[in-house]
Amino acid sequence: MAGERRPRSAHLFFEMGPLSRSRSRPPPADQSPGVGRGDAGYSRMVHCNDPASPQASELNYSDNSISTTKYTVANFVPKSLFEQFRRVANFFFLIVAFISFSPLAPYRAVSILLPLVVVVGATMAKEAVEDWQRKKQDIEVNNRKVKVYDGSFSFYQTEWKKLRVGDIVRVEKDEFFPADLLLLSTNHDDGTCYVETMNLDGETNLKRKQSLEVTSTLHNEDSFQNFKALINCEDPNEKLYSFIGILDYEGVQFPLNPKQILLRDSKLRNTQHVYGAVIFTGHDTKVMQNAMDPPSKRSNIERRMDKIIYVLFASLVFISSIGSVCFGIKTKNETSVGNYRWYLRPDNSSIYFDPNRAGLAAFFHFLTVLMLYGCLIPISLYISIEIVKVLQSIFIDHDLEMYCEDSDKPARARTSNLNEELGQVDTILSDKTGTLTCNSMEFVKCSIAGIAYGSRSCEMEKAASGIIQYELCHDSPSAFERHRSEGTSKKSTKGFSFRDDRLTNGQWVGEPNSEVIHKFFHVLAICNTAIPVVSKSDEILYEAESPDEAAFVTVARELGFEFYRRTQTSVSLHEFDPKIGRKVDRTYELLDTLEFSSARKRMSVIVRTESNQLLLFCKVAYRILSAEEYIPWHDDFVKIKNSVNADHDTIVDEVADRIERDLILLGATAVEDRLQQGVPECINKLAEAGIKIWILTGDKLETAVNIGFACQLLRKGMEQLVITLDTPNINALKKDGDKNALEKSLHENVSKQICEALSHVSKMKGSNVPFALIIDGDSLAFALSTSLEHSFLDLAVACASVICCRTSPKQKALVTRLVKWRTRKTTLAIGDGANDVGMLQEADIGVGISGVEGMQAVMSSDFAIAQFRFLERLLLVHGHWCYRRISAMFPKLHQDGVQNIFFSWPRILGWMINGVCSALIIYYFTTHAIFHQAFRQDGHVAAYEILGVTMYTCVVWTVNCQLAIYLSYFTWIQHCVIWGSIIFWYMFLVVYGSFPSTISTTAYWVFREACASSPLYWLVILLVVVSALLPYFMYSNFQKTFFPKYHDLIQRLQVKKE
Amino acid sequence: MNPRGDSTSGSDGAAEPRRKSKKPRYSRFTQQELPACKPLLTPAIVVTTFAFIGIIFIPIGLLSLSASGQVVEIVYQYDTDCIPEQMQNDKVAFIQSSMTNKTCTRTLTVPKNMEGPVHIYYELDNFYQNHRRYVKSRSDKQLRSKASETETTNCAPEATTSDGSVIVPCGLIAWSLFNDTYSFAVNSKIIEVNKKNIAWQSDKEHKFGSDVYPKNFQMGGLIGGAKLNASIPLSEQEDLIVWMRTAALPRFRKLYGRIETDLATNEQITVTIQNNYNTYSFEGKKNLVLSTTSWIGGKNDFLGTAYLTVGSLCLFLSMGFIILYLLKPRTLGDPSYLSWNRNPDGHY
Repeated sequence: MAGERRPRSAHLFFEMGPLSRSRSRPPPADQSPGVGRGDAGYSRMVHCNDPASPQASELNYSDNSISTTKYTVANFVPKSLFEQFRRVANFFFLIVAFISFSPLAPYRAVSILLPLVVVVGATMAKEAVEDWQRKKQDIEVNNRKVKVYDGSFSFYQTEWKKLRVGDIVRVEKDEFFPADLLLLSTNHDDGTCYVETMNLDGETNLKRKQSLEVTSTLHNEDSFQNFKALINCEDPNEKLYSFIGILDYEGVQFPLNPKQILLRDSKLRNTQHVYGAVIFTGHDTKVMQNAMDPPSKRSNIERRMDKIIYVLFASLVFISSIGSVCFGIKTKNETSVGNYRWYLRPDNSSIYFDPNRAGLAAFFHFLTVLMLYGCLIPISLYISIEIVKVLQSIFIDHDLEMYCEDSDKPARARTSNLNEELGQVDTILSDKTGTLTCNSMEFVKCSIAGIAYGSRSCEMEKAASGIIQYELCHDSPSAFERHRSEGTSKKSTKGFSFRDDRLTNGQWVGEPNSEVIHKFFHVLAICNTAIPVVSKSDEILYEAESPDEAAFVTVARELGFEFYRRTQTSVSLHEFDPKIGRKVDRTYELLDTLEFSSARKRMSVIVRTESNQLLLFCKVAYRILSAEEYIPWHDDFVKIKNSVNADHDTIVDEVADRIERDLILLGATAVEDRLQQGVPECINKLAEAGIKIWILTGDKLETAVNIGFACQLLRKGMEQLVITLDTPNINALKKDGDKNALEKSLHENVSKQICEALSHVSKMKGSNVPFALIIDGDSLAFALSTSLEHSFLDLAVACASVICCRTSPKQKALVTRLVKWRTRKTTLAIGDGANDVGMLQEADIGVGISGVEGMQAVMSSDFAIAQFRFLERLLLVHGHWCYRRISAMFPKLHQDGVQNIFFSWPRILGWMINGVCSALIIYYFTTHAIFHQAFRQDGHVAAYEILGVTMYTCVVWTVNCQLAIYLSYFTWIQHCVIWGSIIFWYMFLVVYGSFPSTISTTAYWVFREACASSPLYWLVILLVVVSALLPYFMYSNFQKTFFPKYHDLIQRLQVKKE
Repeated sequence: MNPRGDSTSGSDGAAEPRRKSKKPRYSRFTQQELPACKPLLTPAIVVTTFAFIGIIFIPIGLLSLSASGQVVEIVYQYDTDCIPEQMQNDKVAFIQSSMTNKTCTRTLTVPKNMEGPVHIYYELDNFYQNHRRYVKSRSDKQLRSKASETETTNCAPEATTSDGSVIVPCGLIAWSLFNDTYSFAVNSKIIEVNKKNIAWQSDKEHKFGSDVYPKNFQMGGLIGGAKLNASIPLSEQEDLIVWMRTAALPRFRKLYGRIETDLATNEQITVTIQNNYNTYSFEGKKNLVLSTTSWIGGKNDFLGTAYLTVGSLCLFLSMGFIILYLLKPRTLGDPSYLSWNRNPDGHY
C-alpha cells in the first residue's frame, strides 16, 4: 500500500516568492494559473501545528512513509520480466521459445520453455524475496511510534507513516527522529539537545543542537495550544549540513540554520525529550534524498561472461549459416537429375523444403538450426552462477574466523556478484583512521613543565621491535597472541593505557613541579565539552565530541580528577587536594565556552572557582583573569554571539581571540590512535601475496609515515620517495600571491619531483630494493592532473607501498579511479567513514569496516567486515575459492559443445579446443563403432535412437569425468553431484523410457530393450569416454609435472606434510 | 534455534551467549570444513593410470577383434549389376517402367562356414532416412491405434488421398517402404527365409496396433515403395516396422529375415532378387548382406582396433612419463620450485 513512491508534490501555495520556478523539480502537473510560484529551490511552506488547515493540505506534501523496494505488487511481474530479458541470453531464449511453437522447431516447445521458465522464475523468486525483505524493513520503520500533538493540550501516539508536514512531535531520549524536524524546545531551558548522527555520516560523536530562543520556552504540552508558525524553507535536497529557512512566528521572521534541524535517522542523546515541528517527511527527508541507488558494479568475470556469450553467439550464427547454406544448396539440387530424392517428395514440398524456393527454405532452416544448436548458449549459466554466488556469500557471512567478538559483528557480503573479484585484487586502497587504527585515542605520554612522563611504548616503537620478533616467529601465532592479550588487559579501563609510576596513584604530589601538574590535570578535567554518563556498573564514562577529548577526561579521571557532573552552568569534579591530602568535591562555575573550530584549532573555557578566582583554561595552558578584564569582554562576547550576522562565526572567533592571550604553558600531551589488532600481520601477508597496498589518509605527512612504519607498510631497507610541496622555498613562493604563476611553478615542481623519482627507480631496477612512495595532498592534486597522471601512476605502480597524505575524500575517489583505469586490474578500497564513501563506490570492490564508526561506509560497500585483519581471510581464502569456483562453473555445465573456463582468453580457447576434441572423438568413435553392422547378437541393427542414446551416454560420462579430473578437492557434495549425475542419466533413461510411447516416443524402451543387454554398447562407452578424456588428462599431467601452477605445488606440499 | 547447531559446535568451544548474538552458527558446511579427499596426481599415480588403461584396453581390443573376426559376412552390391546391359544408360527408366523384368538371379559363394541363424540384411547407401522432413513424416498415434486413424498432422503430402480419405499408414516413411525381395536356393533347393521377429519387440507390441489395418495405402497417383496387405494388421507387418525405425546415417542396413540353417564353406547360393526399389534417381547403392553374428554383433573391426590403439598409446605414454621423470627428476613438493623462492629478494 505505502509501497508507491509518490511523485513529490509540486503544487505550491506561496504568495511572496517571486521569480522563476525551481529547476530541480519537475514542472507541477496540476499547477493552475494564479496559484503562486515558488522561489527557486526555496518554496517549501510548513504550517506548524496546523497540518490539517486548508492551506497546508493544498500543498499536498507526501506523507512520512518510505519505500525502498524496487518493485510493487503491481509492477513486479512486468518490471522484473523486463529486467530478466535484458540479458542477452535470456532474450535469445525467449525468441527461441516463441519460434519453437512453429513447425520450424526441431524439438517440442516444452524442452525450451521449461528451462527458460525455471531460470527466469528462479531469478524472479530471488528478486521477490530480496524485495520482500526490504519491504518488511520499510513496514517496520513506517510503523514505529511517535508522539504527536493532537491540537488540544495533549500528545498521542501514532505511527511514523502518519506524520504530516507541520505536525508537532515529541521525541524521547534515545529515540530516532521520525522525520526532519525543526527543533522547537527541549527539556533544557536554553533549548539545547544532543544528537547522534551515526546513521547519517558515520560520526559517533554527539552534536549539539540549539533551538531558537523564541521557541525554547514552549516547554510543556499546554504551551502548544496557541502556537502557530509558518516556515518557509528550502526544497528537499540531499545536503546534510546545510539548511536555509525562515520561521515566521508572531509576526516576526527568524532565520533558521542547521543548528535547529534534527534529521531523520539520527538519535536523541543526553536529553530527556525534545519538541519539534515536522518539515520534511518521507522521501523528502535529507537522509532519503541521500539514499541513492549505489552504482551497480559488475565483476570482471561477469563482463567477460557477456563477451563469451557474444563469442558463442557469433559461433552459433556461423555454424548455423554454414549449415543452412549447405542445406539450401542441397535442397535446390534435389530436383536435378541423378539427385532426385523422390522419397522426400521434392515435387510436393512444404515451404521449408521447397527446392524451388531454396533461399527461403534455407532461411527457415537457419532458424531451426539456431534453435537446435541453441544449447551452445548456456541458459542456466547465469542462474547457476547466481546460486554459487549466493552460497559463497553465505560462506562469507558465516565464517567464524571473520566474526568479531567485541562488536558482535560477522562479515557481510552485501554484493554477491563481486565475490570472485576478491580473488583477483591487485591493489588495496585503505583509509587510515578507523580502518587501520581503532579510532579510539589513547593518552600515551605527556610532558609537564619540561619533564616527560609515560613509559608505555607507542605503536611506532613497537613496530620497530616487532619486525624482528615477527620474522623470528614467522608462522607461530605468538605475534598475534601478544596483541590479543594486550587488548584484553586494557579492556578494564578503556582509552587509558598511560603508565608512569611518578604520576599514577597520587604519586605526582611528590614530583618537583607538583603545582604545575595539579593545574595540568585541572585543564584536562575541565577544559572540554564531554558529558559524563554513569554506566550500569557505577563507572563514569564520557560522551565526547571527539575521541581525543574522551581520552583526556579519562586520563584525568584515572589520575584522581574525576569529572562527574555537568550542568548548563557548572562542572563538578572529585579531585585530590594535595593540601588536605584527600579527595574533595569541587564545583566550578562555567562562565563561557569558546568552542572548538577548525579555524582556531583550540577550545577554551572560562570558569570561576569556589574561591572566586576567574580562570581561563585552554589545552594545555591557563591564565588567571581579573574581573576588570573579564566583565567587559564577557559583555562583548555575549552580544556578538547573539547577533545575527553573515560572518557571525568569524567575528565570534575574533572576540575569542582577544581573551585567549598571555597564556601560561603547562606542558604537552601525546595521544595515539591505536592500531587495530593484527593489522601489521595482515598487511605483511597481503604484501606476501603480491597485493599492493596504498594508504590514503587525511593526516599530515609525518603522521602518515609513522603509521606506515607502525603497520609495516614501510620497512627498514625500503627506499622512501617523498613528493611534497611543503618545502621552505615553496612556502615562500606561496606567500608571494600571484596565483597563476604559483600554480604553474607548483605544477613544474611536482613534475620535476616525479621525473626524478622515476629515473631513480629505473636506475635501481636491478637491485631489488623496494620503494615506498609518499605524496601529500597538494602535490597529489597536481600529480593527478591530466599531464602528469601517467608518469605519476607509473611511479606509483613501481613502488611496493604508496602513502598519500592530506587527501580529501574527493581525491581519494580520484586516486582510486585512476588506479583502476591505469592498471586495469582489480582495486579494492577499504574504509569506515563517510569520507570514504566515494572511494568505496569508485573501486571495483568496496569494503566497509562495520566497527565503531557508523553505517555510512558499510551502506555503500560491497563487503562489510568488522576489522581490518579479516581482510586477509576475505581475500586470500574466500576470494581465491570464489574465483576458482565461478570459473569452474563453465566446464561443469557446458562441456559437450564448447568448454570454456578459467577466464583468460587463452584458457578459454584451450577449453574450447578440448571441447571440440572431445566432441569429435565422441562423434567419430561412436558412429564408427556402431556402424551399419548388427548391434547385438540377435542381428538387430542400431537405428538413430540407439545411436543417440549411446552418444549421449558418452557425453554424460565425459562431462562428469572431466569435471572429476579437473577438481582438486572432493567432499561428499562433489561425489554426490558427479556420480549422481551419471546415475541420474541412467535412471532417466529407464524411467522415461517406460512411459507410454505417446510421451517417450523414440526413447521408448531403448535402454531396457536394446542397449542394456548389448556388450557393444558398454564397450563403446568405455572406449569413447576414456579416449575423449585422454587429451585433457595428458595435457594437464604434462603441465602439472613440468610446468606446475602455484596451487598444484601448494597441494603437493600439503600432501607431503600429511 | 536449531538445537543440533549446539551439538555440532564442538570446535568453537566457548559457550557463546545465545540471546542476541549475531555470531554465525557453526556447521562444517558453512565453515567449509567438510572432510575432503584431495586426489593428487603424483607421477606414480599418473604412470600407473596410463599403464592400467593400457593393460585393460589391449585385451579388450584383442577380444573384440577376434569376435569381429569370427563373423562371416557376404556383401553383394546389386544395384548396377541387376540392370540389363542395354538399360545401363538409363537406369531410372528401367526401374520406373512397369514393363521391364526386374527379376535378377545371381550366385554367391559362401567363403566360410556360416552357422545359423544367418541374418539377411539389405543395405542402402546415400539414402537419407535421417532427413528432417522424412523423419517427421509419420503419425505414431495413427500407427498405434485405430481410434487415432485421422491423426495425420505431419504426414503431408501422403496424409490423404486425392478424395480426402485417410491413408494408413500415412507419411513419407511408410510410403517409401523398401520393396526389393530376395529368395535363396542352394543346389536348386529353396532355403526358407524366416521373416518373423525381425522387428523389435517393443515396436510390435506397443507402437504398432494390432487393430490397425492398412487403408488407402499406395493408392494415390504416385506409387512410392512396397504395397501392404490390407488384411494383415500393422503389428504383424514386420518389414514396415523395421523400415520405420529410421536410420541415423545415410548408409544403413535393415534386417530382412533369417536363414535358420547353416551354410557350408564354398556352397553356392542362388539369389533371386526382385529389383523394384528405385535408388537410381539419387544414385543410391543397394547391397544384399548375409551375415552371422557373435557376442559383439556384426562384423566391425573399428572397435577392436580403437581399443588396441588407445591401449598401446597409454602404455607408451606411461613409459614416456617414466623416462621423462628419470631424465628430469623433480622432488615432490620441493618448495624451491616456487617462483618466489627462485627469486629470493623479489618484491612485486
